[in-house]
Parts: sequence; structure tokens; C-alpha cells
Amino acid sequence: MMLTLQGSAGGGGWVLAPGPERGQKTARAGGRNGGARMALEEDLAALMAAAQGGDAAAYRALLKACLPVVSAIARAQGVRGEAVDDVVQDTLMTVHRARASYDPARPFLPWLRAITQRRVIDRLRRSGRRPREVNDPLAYEAEADPGPAPGHGLEARDRAAALARAVASLPEGQRQAVEHLGLRELSLDETAALTGRSKGALKVNLHRALKALRASLTQERE
Amino acid sequence: MAERTGCSLSRHERLVEDLAGSLEPVRPLPAPGARAALWLGSALLIGLVLAAWSGTGGFMLRMRVPDLALAALGAVLTAAAAAFAAFSTSVPGRSAGWAFLPVPPLALWIGASGLGCLREWVAPGADIPGAHTVTGCFSFLICVSVPLSALIVVMLRRACPLRPNLTAALGGLAVAAAAAALLMPVHPHDATATDLLIHAAAVAIVIGINGLAGGRLIGRDAGTG
Repeated sequence: MMLTLQGSAGGGGWVLAPGPERGQKTARAGGRNGGARMALEEDLAALMAAAQGGDAAAYRALLKACLPVVSAIARAQGVRGEAVDDVVQDTLMTVHRARASYDPARPFLPWLRAITQRRVIDRLRRSGRRPREVNDPLAYEAEADPGPAPGHGLEARDRAAALARAVASLPEGQRQAVEHLGLRELSLDETAALTGRSKGALKVNLHRALKALRASLTQERE
Repeated sequence: MAERTGCSLSRHERLVEDLAGSLEPVRPLPAPGARAALWLGSALLIGLVLAAWSGTGGFMLRMRVPDLALAALGAVLTAAAAAFAAFSTSVPGRSAGWAFLPVPPLALWIGASGLGCLREWVAPGADIPGAHTVTGCFSFLICVSVPLSALIVVMLRRACPLRPNLTAALGGLAVAAAAAALLMPVHPHDATATDLLIHAAAVAIVIGINGLAGGRLIGRDAGTG
């Protein structure tokens, strides 16, 4: 991105706006990126010099232009997420306090970069010091296991075998009613067509079968 | 994500408005060399007062001895180099490599002072200081160091030392070397091992206190704290 300075110190209208003509001029000098950086460098140095003189508009433009630069430096140093915003805030505060230490005869970006890098180090150290629990035996013990309990499969198999035995011991009519209506979940019409029995007989058989199963399974459990 | 970006943007814009609103004109700090020269000038002032008080006859005589002259030169150069390095590292963006600037003069100072001890064996009968004068030297070094330390801490605080402990330790070295240089006009005898040891202890104390306490003092606003 190419930025040029528009406005004057007296008018209070400092803005950094895209400026192609300077980009073309500097691109010839030493590559487009290098030229852009030099142009930005000159603009920021001019803004900071004006800010040292008390020009609030220049200072506002300078700080706004610093925001993406500071964020980029913080990200490049390994800061992530909301911590980037914290670094930006800390850096702006330090820039404000330390603005007298900037020498207008020297480039601005190394000055800004040094402050940003120090604030990044502070932030990373602080987040490194915050305790992060990676081994909590109590929490591990208290955590409920969402899966089936041990032995669950064996128990289910035993119950299925007991039910199969009980069903097998039923009289023929009742056994058919349970198998088709209860276990295979067929409708009364389908079961009637399959077995050749009336729907009324099937209902009676199912009722008797369930009663007999309840009795035999209850007996078995006791 | 978009919401967070928007939120942080307005947070930054609020801060920018606050800072721009509270902006007051500041005078850019002079270059580190100029500030170091100012501090050295005040140390020189103390030296002139001391010279007027104690006389320069004995000092001139001692300066004819090569190792004493070299030790004095080393101490003065160390003070100048360490002061320049301290003021340089207090400005953001200046290389931390300036911290190595006082190393060569420091080597000269320590080497020449150590050479004085050899003279004790080579030329027995040299003036050996007693316990009383040694304690006097120690008190002198500490007493001179206090105002010089206070001055350099105040001056360093005006900049923005991002490595406060390094800057303060360099300031402490400058103070210790300046105090040792100021001791030479009033030092009534040649250097010996005990003398050197006492000097080294005083220098270490001055650098240590500056590095520990000064790091907090000058780094309260700017450094890691």
C-alpha cells in the first residue's frame, strides 16, 4: 500500500492517503516495497515531529497509521487473538509517554518497532506466567465416562438369552404373537397375513404371552 | 470475528482520541552523546571542587607513574563510554550493542590497577595504606556515587529505557568509574591489592545497587517493571 501525506500542520488536516505518483517515483529508485516503506517512513517521521510540537491532528493521524504496523509486528512475533489488541494498546500508551525520546533526525519505524517488540515480550511473559493446569488428578477422577460401563455387553447378552429362552418355552400361538408383534415390530395386519390367525386372536395371544413372560422372567430374577 | 475486530478498532480509536486530546508539546531529548557530556560535566565539576580542596601536587606526581596514569585514563574513559552507552540504550531503537563500548576502557582500568599490585612485589617499601585510609577510600567512593547515581537516574528516566536493568547497570558502571577517577586526586598512596579489592567491592556495590534499584526506578514507566 502506498501512502502519502496530505494537508498541513496549520490546517489540522493530516491524512495518509493512497498516492500513486510517489510510488512510481520510488519504484524506479529501489523496488516498489522498499519505496513504499521509505515513503511511509518519511511521512511518519514528519507526523511525529509535528506531534512533538503539539499538533494533535498530526498525532491522531500518526497513531492511526501506527495501528496496522504495530499489529503486524505483534503477529510476526507470535502474538495471537485478543492479545494483539492488548499489545497495540500498550504500545500506543508507551509511544505517548516516550514521545520526547524520538529524535526527528532519525527514522521513525525502528523506534516504533523497538517499543512494540518490548511490549510483545512483556505480553508473552505475562501469558507465560499465568498458571495453566495441564494435570488435575481430581478433575480427571471426577469426570464421568460417557461410554457404556464395563461388563455392559455381557449383561445385555445374558438378558437377551434369558428372554429368548422364555419366549421359546411359550405355546406356539403366543410365541408367534411375541416374535412378530413384539420383537420384529410388525403390524397386526402383517402378522395376521403371515400366521393366518385373526387379529383378535393375535391380541389375546400377545396379552397372554406378555403376562406369562412377566411371570417367568420375574421368577427367574428372584 | 468481525464483531471482535470492530470492537477492538473502536477501542483503539477511543485510545487514539484520548491520547491526541491530552497531547502537550514536548522538546525532543538531546542526542545521547550530549546528555552523557552533560552528566560527565557535572562529575567534572565535583572533581574540580575536590582538586581545589586537596591540591594537585601529589596527583601530578602520581600521574608520572605509568600504571597509575593508565588506571586514571582507563577510569575516565570507562566513565565516558559507560555514560554514553547508558544514554544510548535508554532511547528506543538504538542498538543494544552500545553496551559493549565500555569493555575496552574497563579492561585498561582493571589491568592498569592490577599492575599497581605487582609493584608491591617489585618495589617493596612503597606507601601501603592502613586500615583507616582504606575505609576512608570506601566511604569516599560511596559518598561520591550517591549524587552521581541520583543525577544519572533522573536523566535516564526522561528517555524510555526499554531494557531498564541493562541501562541502569551501565549507568552504575559510569558512576563507579567516575567516582574512582575522582578519588585519584585525593588518594594519598599507590595502589595495592587491598586497595584494589576495596575499590572493586565499592564498584560492584555501586553497579549492583544501580542495576537492581535503578532498573526499577528508571523502568517504572517504560520498561518491563
